[in-house]
Amino acid sequence: MTADIHLNAKRDTGSADPVSQPQAAPKLRVDDLSLYYGKFQALKNISMEIPERQVTAFIGPSGCGKSTLIRCFNRIHDLYEGIRTEGQILLDNHDIYDSGVDINLLRSRVGMVFQKPTPFPMTVFDNVAFGIKLYEKLSSREMEERVEWALRKAALWEEVKDKLKQSGQALSGGQQQRLCIARTIAVKPEVILLDEPTSALDPISTGYIEDLINELKRDYTIVIVTHNMQQAARISDVTAFMYLGNLIECGDTTQIFTQPRESRTEDYITGRYG
Amino acid sequence: MATTNAVRTESGLGRLSDATRKRLQRKAQIDVWFERVLYAFAFAVLLLLGAIIASLIVSSWPAIQRYGLDFFTENRWAANVEVFGALPAIYGTLLTSFIAIAIAVPISFGIAIFLTERCPGFLRQPLGTMIELLAGIPSIIYGMWGMEVLAPLLRTWFPSVFPAGTGLATAGIILAVMIIPFITAVSRDVINTVPSVMRESAYGLGCTTWEVARRVTLPSVKGGLVGGVVLGLGRALGETMAVTFVIGNNLFLNTTLTGQGTSIAALIANQFSESDGNQRSALLALGLILFLITFVVLAIARYLLRNSTGRHA
Amino acid sequence: MNTNVTPLYRRRKRINQLIMMLCQLATVIGFVFLFAILFTLVTKGLSAISPSIFIERTRMSGGGLGNAIWGTFLMTCVATVLGTIVGVAAGTWLAEYGGKGVMAKVIRFINDILLSAPSIIVGLFIYAVVVVPMGSFSGWAGVLSLTVIIVPVVIRSTEDMLRLIPNSLREAAAALGAHRWWIIVRVCYSGARAGILTGILLGFARISGETAPLLFTSLNSNQWNFFDLGSEMANLPMTIYQNMTINAFIPDLVALAWGGALILTVAILILNIAARYFSRQRS
Repeated sequence: MTADIHLNAKRDTGSADPVSQPQAAPKLRVDDLSLYYGKFQALKNISMEIPERQVTAFIGPSGCGKSTLIRCFNRIHDLYEGIRTEGQILLDNHDIYDSGVDINLLRSRVGMVFQKPTPFPMTVFDNVAFGIKLYEKLSSREMEERVEWALRKAALWEEVKDKLKQSGQALSGGQQQRLCIARTIAVKPEVILLDEPTSALDPISTGYIEDLINELKRDYTIVIVTHNMQQAARISDVTAFMYLGNLIECGDTTQIFTQPRESRTEDYITGRYG
Repeated sequence: MATTNAVRTESGLGRLSDATRKRLQRKAQIDVWFERVLYAFAFAVLLLLGAIIASLIVSSWPAIQRYGLDFFTENRWAANVEVFGALPAIYGTLLTSFIAIAIAVPISFGIAIFLTERCPGFLRQPLGTMIELLAGIPSIIYGMWGMEVLAPLLRTWFPSVFPAGTGLATAGIILAVMIIPFITAVSRDVINTVPSVMRESAYGLGCTTWEVARRVTLPSVKGGLVGGVVLGLGRALGETMAVTFVIGNNLFLNTTLTGQGTSIAALIANQFSESDGNQRSALLALGLILFLITFVVLAIARYLLRNSTGRHA
Repeated sequence: MNTNVTPLYRRRKRINQLIMMLCQLATVIGFVFLFAILFTLVTKGLSAISPSIFIERTRMSGGGLGNAIWGTFLMTCVATVLGTIVGVAAGTWLAEYGGKGVMAKVIRFINDILLSAPSIIVGLFIYAVVVVPMGSFSGWAGVLSLTVIIVPVVIRSTEDMLRLIPNSLREAAAALGAHRWWIIVRVCYSGARAGILTGILLGFARISGETAPLLFTSLNSNQWNFFDLGSEMANLPMTIYQNMTINAFIPDLVALAWGGALILTVAILILNIAARYFSRQRS
């Protein structure tokens, strides 16, 4: 269970890469990004950096564009027509909107967990194995090990180890969400995007998931959207505040919550609107 | 950003092993072909409709050329002298369908209102299910029952009105019995889509059951109800087997309600296999007319049903 | 309490009672007719049913319906397989790729028309494009006309069921790096399987009772014909039709027709109930 964890079967980056990034370098860099739904501009010239192996939280009132922004990071918007972007997003210094980019490979590197749990209509085991099978050919024994590893990472193994052959949709809401996290981890992405992952869950399940995020940031770059400011303060290292499609302020979480530079940030945090 | 260009590779996202690159290429190719193949099948539906219309026009062309507009004014279909008029069949088709609708609509709506508003709870599900199951019985069964049971009954009970038992009105009644389950099932479905809050708030104002149905429930699903009726009409117009047995198969125009007559579908069913030359071509022209009539009716039904539920054929 | 009982209220109440009585009357009338049909079907049909009806072939005197039952079963099965391939593929395109495009709207509209088009027209069409060029009636022509009838049913249910799969599942699969075809095959189909199967079963039930499209395509035959779809194929609806019309002067054949009608109806009811069972499993 230990040796193969950091083996990366799907791509040989790492030391062979001519540009090996220092620890503090940004994992993702957003450069003057704008996004339009038809004529409506939902994101306005956003520039920011997302540090590697840290938790970056996006906060802001509903409709401010925070989900829209993180959905750009793995180009999930490409599934729909009528959405146009300008500007750049660099993942390890490569523009993900470059025409040569394989979008599916990008998504296997930048995983995503959604607001509502999205277990596929198949067994718990197959749910986790689904993503692995896309890019790796494993023997059934290796596959079992990998599924167990992912479920353990998502703190779900003990609860489902006897239910692996049951439908993933039969689990409770909190378990379903952790199953989705396990499914995302199993692919071994580099970045995990979480779009309000606890808004549909009860407080206990939320606690589980917050602990999990803390645990995961050792290996992964985590980006989370949340409407819950306490949650952002609890779990993130960096916080970005968005308002009406603009990035108002982005910085160290403690600083944002104690000494915001912008008055709008302060207004929002102190609950004057939102 | 100078280093960015230096490391840009084929994938644009770091270097890939050969095996991975190949797999990605293959999967991307499958993606393209998957959509193309699916599209080809979807497009085939379009071609199918075109082919049906084209084949009917081509094969009925000789009759259209030969009879022209006389086809619509000639009031008899006489194969022995090669005089073919579509009037008796068109008249029979339209009349039987309208009789069917006139009988079926009040009964179907009555059943639907009863089932949704008044029916005791324990009967609601079984009766609803039964109606839906009855809508699936093949039409030939209705025709057989009409010939063996209904026609003799009508002849004994009302000998002055139904001297032969069979006829246009008999066919209309059989069609009505056939489309009652269908219209009822559609109506019940669309009525059930009305949110119960609407109904409850009307009851809360002190409305009676009928007033709730008349002022709130039915108006809010009007399009769906009319659409269901028009779909039922479409079925009645094109029905062959339920009609052939009981319509009387009289090939001369008989503009009464209860007399014997024929319909387009019945005439085709009776004569097509033993026809050739002009007669066959004329029968195909009848088929074309039937298709155009039902096309218009069904297009209207679709337009009305577009915004309401559409579970039923 | 009685202050509310005004004349107006009494009138409203009376109207309500009258209308509700009429509704109940309509229900009684409707069900009386339908039960009368089922009653006739069962009484006349049961007396004709014996083991030999399934084993013996059709003859001018007596005999059974074995060849007709087999022919109907075979043609319906082959048509269902063909119809499933075409219908699922086209329905998937409409739901997953067509979206709100003009082409998808046109195809959807045409499919709705074909769904309710008179089945005798389908028979005429297949006669013109298959029977005439081939020079003879054949089981294949019958199969094709039944296919034309089942395809719209399958397309409709496939599209409807795929549309019930929430977009969030597609997004979640895409976020793992899955290609679109793989998302459809693995995620969407496993979610929609029960519903699509229900649609196929209902389509199967519908075409097994169709008579009109077989009149000028497969025709009928009184011989056993097990797998030769290239020649005329016996089938149950046509046998019933002929026994009730051109052979109606032979009482035995009329009795057999009722037996066949009962068998057909029972089979179709069972299929419908099975389809309901499947769709209930889904929820």
